[in-house]
Amino acid sequence: MGYFWTIVVLVAVLALAWRFLGSYLAAVYEGRVTYLRFVERPLYRLLAVDPEAEQSWTRYAGALLVFSAVALLLSYLLIRIQGSLPFNPQHLGAVPPALSWNTAVSFVTNTNWQNYAGESTMSYFSQMAVLEVQQFVSAAVGIAVAVALIRGFARRGSSTIGNFWLDLVRGVLYVLVPIAFLAGVVFVGQGAVQTLGGPAVVHNALDGATQTIARGPAGFMEAIKQLGTNGGGFFNANGAHPFENPTGLTNLLSIALLLCIPVALTYTFGKLAGSVRQGVAVLAAMTIIFGAWLGVASFAESQPNPAVTATHAVAQPQGNMVGKEARFGPLSSSLYNVASTQTSTGSIDSANDSYTPMGGFALLTGMMLGEVTPGGVGSGLYTILLFAIITVFIGGLMIGRTPEYLGKKIQAREVKLAAFAVLVMPLVVLVLTAVATSVHAGRAGPLNAGPHGFSEILYAFTSQANNNGSAFAGLSGNTAFYNVTGGLAMLFGRFAIIVPTLALAGTLAAKEAVPAGLGTFRTDTPLFTGLLIGIIIIVGGLTFFPAVALGPIVEQLSHGRLF
Amino acid sequence: MLVHLRRSIVVAVFFLVVCGLAYPLAGTGLAQLAFHHQANGSLTADGSTLIGQQWSGPQWFQGRPSATVSPSGKPNPYDAMASGASNLGPRSKVLEQHVAARAAALRKEGITPTNELVTSSGSGLDPDISPRSAYAQVDAVARARHLPRSVVAHLVATQVHQPELGFLGEPVVNVLELNLALSKLS
Repeated sequence: MGYFWTIVVLVAVLALAWRFLGSYLAAVYEGRVTYLRFVERPLYRLLAVDPEAEQSWTRYAGALLVFSAVALLLSYLLIRIQGSLPFNPQHLGAVPPALSWNTAVSFVTNTNWQNYAGESTMSYFSQMAVLEVQQFVSAAVGIAVAVALIRGFARRGSSTIGNFWLDLVRGVLYVLVPIAFLAGVVFVGQGAVQTLGGPAVVHNALDGATQTIARGPAGFMEAIKQLGTNGGGFFNANGAHPFENPTGLTNLLSIALLLCIPVALTYTFGKLAGSVRQGVAVLAAMTIIFGAWLGVASFAESQPNPAVTATHAVAQPQGNMVGKEARFGPLSSSLYNVASTQTSTGSIDSANDSYTPMGGFALLTGMMLGEVTPGGVGSGLYTILLFAIITVFIGGLMIGRTPEYLGKKIQAREVKLAAFAVLVMPLVVLVLTAVATSVHAGRAGPLNAGPHGFSEILYAFTSQANNNGSAFAGLSGNTAFYNVTGGLAMLFGRFAIIVPTLALAGTLAAKEAVPAGLGTFRTDTPLFTGLLIGIIIIVGGLTFFPAVALGPIVEQLSHGRLF
Repeated sequence: MLVHLRRSIVVAVFFLVVCGLAYPLAGTGLAQLAFHHQANGSLTADGSTLIGQQWSGPQWFQGRPSATVSPSGKPNPYDAMASGASNLGPRSKVLEQHVAARAAALRKEGITPTNELVTSSGSGLDPDISPRSAYAQVDAVARARHLPRSVVAHLVATQVHQPELGFLGEPVVNVLELNLALSKLS
């Protein structure tokens, strides 16, 4: 019953976010929100950016890439020299080069894959001024790309798609900082730590034990970690750690935060690019897939853990409690981890690696659909719009007519760009998984034996190429092999999709509108939603079924066997 | 290109100051003023109520097994400097062995094992157990402390935290709070 009400409240909160945050986002990116003009104006003067001037798609993409490269380099340098920087009460030394590369790429690409344990690797300065900064900035970059694509649909015969600098700054100042700050207050009020005081040593007089407890400025990082669909936690245990996610209330707040912007952007999209109904059609596809996967995971995790069952030592009335916190239980944990894997967040409140075979299947395949249900902030929307273009193209093939989407003719160039962008992720995942399983350095990674070991490798590259960042964490990822290949997967998974998406925005913006005729395939109907779902699942399913069959599926079917 | 580069550097520094210093430091200031106890780790004289501990001996209520590992790679339960889960898969022989060993150890202490008492948590620092797991230990604790069973069972009942707002999460008993209350009893 508690789970039912949790979902009811979540849906209600998201409905409000969809309507009101959605229209707020539209206002912010149209430049109608101005209460921080006094910060913006001097900054633009300093940058020599004319707030009225716009950029072509090539200049927009160029600015985005150069900015991301600078962010990558700066992040790398700062964690390499953290030993000589302030806010380092544990006197932690430099992060090694390969790990620094992986970590810097990870946070700049909004992935937040972590081959390190935060509390024993990163100084407070690195956590705040490097990782937390990228949690704001990479999220704003994602939203900026989505907004640029929306403008591509909304504009007629335009040579520009907006101004990257304005979109970036406004996203951070007007959207991410205020919401994260309010949420941060709630996290800390509930028990998340927020201190610069270093670890605490406590002595328990009752039974004579002494314990050193890692602390740090974690509560406010938790807020942007969730809101920006980043997922990189202050502590190794991420959202399972009581100092990051102390109560049932913060658990639900975490889930609402990571879903709110991706959901709201479908309203922004509809509002700016035609009609709200267009956004609803897309949101419906997201919601139906999300709901189905949530159902699978919740059911699977309320079943007993096979290895625990094999001991015949204990009943498992709640379901699989391995790797789960007592305060959350299997159901709320499933909701958190499904929401996090399907939004490219990658935070966890329970150990993915110890989910039942079908529970793990739901987490893994949720990412394989391309992070579109509803996906990361911005990236979820722009990726599902790529699928929408492929959907109208296939619809057009069926009736032998040039397809249209939102009044724009979809021609060869648009279809090529969309198809290329959609195929980047599967290519990266499958090639790197194949490489990892064929070389010794790759096979040395998994903790678990049997099919689960293969799942750990497949999960790692799926997560990184989708910029998710969650892990089947038994994998020992902090090796030269996994740090370097994972870094490449994250870079390609991010920018090899962003650039064609911006190119698409550019060509769409330049087109004139075609009036809808009798033969136009309507894209605001349940039929379109159904086709879109079909395309997403067929593309993901055809690409990944053989690989998934070797991992979670064979594990599920191995009744009575342990490895 | 050069103009992009110059702008990128200026914006990166701007965000470092706003998001990397102003945001977390303003948050820290506010947290220390408004939520001093929580912001510093919910510390009591005997430990944090949010961070589980290893309790030794049958006279204390036990928490869950912990999979945390010391920097040298040795098992070190409830190492609050190294949070983490076991990450053992659902068909892991090692997991089966761990669970079986833990269940046998509990039975030796006269405790009927429950699900949480044989499985490690996601953080390795879970401060809570379910009410069922607390009641399962009542007999053993009462025996070790020469207390009437009903008194200990009543104590557990007073320590159950219901889910927030009645539906968020699961009912739990905080092991440190329970043992503190227990120590005041005898």
